[in-house]
Formats: sequence, C-alpha cells, structure tokens
Amino acid sequence: MSLAFLLIAFLTVATAAVAMALRNLIRSALLLVASWAGIAAFYLWAGAEFVAFAQVLVYVGAISMVVLFAVLLTRPSRDETEVTPASAGRLLPALIAGGAVLGVLAGAIVGSPLRTSAKPPAAFTVRELGLQLMGPHAAALVVIGALLTVALLGAIVIAAPSRPGDREDPR
Amino acid sequence: MNLSPLHLCLLFSSALFCVGLIGALSRGNSILVLLGVELMLNAGNINLIAFWRYGPAPAEGTGVLFVLFAIAIAAAEAAVGLALVIAVHRHQRNIRLQEANRLRG
Repeated sequence: MSLAFLLIAFLTVATAAVAMALRNLIRSALLLVASWAGIAAFYLWAGAEFVAFAQVLVYVGAISMVVLFAVLLTRPSRDETEVTPASAGRLLPALIAGGAVLGVLAGAIVGSPLRTSAKPPAAFTVRELGLQLMGPHAAALVVIGALLTVALLGAIVIAAPSRPGDREDPR
Repeated sequence: MNLSPLHLCLLFSSALFCVGLIGALSRGNSILVLLGVELMLNAGNINLIAFWRYGPAPAEGTGVLFVLFAIAIAAAEAAVGLALVIAVHRHQRNIRLQEANRLRG
C-alpha cells in the first residue's frame, strides 16, 4: 500500500474531524474545502481523473462558495461567526452512535474476504466517458439536467423573500 | 492480518462517514449539519471509486459514471439545503436546529 494513500486518507479524515469540531463556522467551511480537496486527490490516486476534476469543480469551487455565502448571510451579527459548541447532551449520544457505526463497519470490512482483481481496470478516457454518457446513459444525463434545473429554481423560490418587507419583519 | 488496498479504501471511507455522522448528529447549527451530510455523501462516492478500481472484473466505467451522477445530485442537494437554511433564518432570525420546530411559515 502506497504511502501516498495513507497520507491522503489521514489528512482528509483529520481535516474533516477538526472542521466538525471547530466553533468558528468560516474556519469549518475552509477546512472542509481542504478535506474535499483531499478526496479529489484520492480520486486522482485511484486513477479516476475526470471524477477528481469534477470534485474540484463542484465541491472545492462551487459548494464551498455557496456554504460561505450561507454562513455570511445567516450570521447573527456583523462580526460574529462563532456558534455554540455541541452540548454534552447531544455530543455523547452522537459519539456513541458514530463509534458504534464505525465499529460495525470496520468489523464487517476487515472480516469479509473481498475479492480483488490483480490488474487495474483499463484506462477510462474522457472520450469513452463521453461516449458512455451520450450513448447508454443519455436518458440519465437528461434526467440529471432536469433535476438540477428544478432544484435550483426551487432553491431560488425557497430562499427569496415572499414579500418585499419580509426581512424587516421578524416574527 | 493482510489487508488489501480495497479494504483500506473502505476503512478510509468508513472513517470519513462516521466523522460526518458524528458532526451531523452533535452540532446544533444547520449549516454544520448539512456539511456533515455532504461528508457522508463523499464517503459513499469513495466506496464507488474503490470498488471500480479494485473490484473483481468491473463493467467498463460504471463506478466513474455513478460517482459523476452522485456529485450532480449532491450539488442540487447542497443548493436546496442552503436555501432552506436561509429561509429558516428569515423566519426565526437564527439557524439553530432545536428552535426550528414549526412547520407554519
């Protein structure tokens, strides 16, 4: 097992864990960008270059920006981005549940004899990917396009104030 | 004990999934909960790539196509989720999940 994989895995999990534990929302979001970049590095290491580039474009580029906008739009006051840390009444059950899930998953993975192929799969070029997307998977591509359009329109409808004076009228 | 690369990839994605799960369950801020859900989704994608790379006799490019579609769905999910966070903030002036317990707009 290569050292690169272990390094990528450690950095990804560590940045994600620290991001989930921090109090400052902006620092959490920026650390999660590092974690998503680590996942993109894993895709590159595994030989799925196009997926790595899609991960960088969508997560590192777009979703992180949307998250930062949401953090800035929903902060309680102008200079305040700290949030209360997780209370012990929620943290303890969450840790127990997460640890139990991790234990079950790790036990199942280590205990199962997974058959692996010795040779890596044949290189999957962007040209073949395009042929697959336009040929056998064209219907799925169209459905994804329609879903994205509907979801983004719905997001605009949900987020926009229903009346012009709505923002100045807190309940 | 001899762990294959596939085992290590799956252990990596399990660890990432559980970090996201603990974050989503423990934090009270809705943006952080959404980020935890995103981490869990990414962990699922890592599984797909791992099985595409190391699985026995995979079909041509199935894992890559699956992950691409999953990333597209995740983008839609993040947009709608953050729009919901902004709508909740407009109604109750904060985004703490414990107080977001009304369905009435």
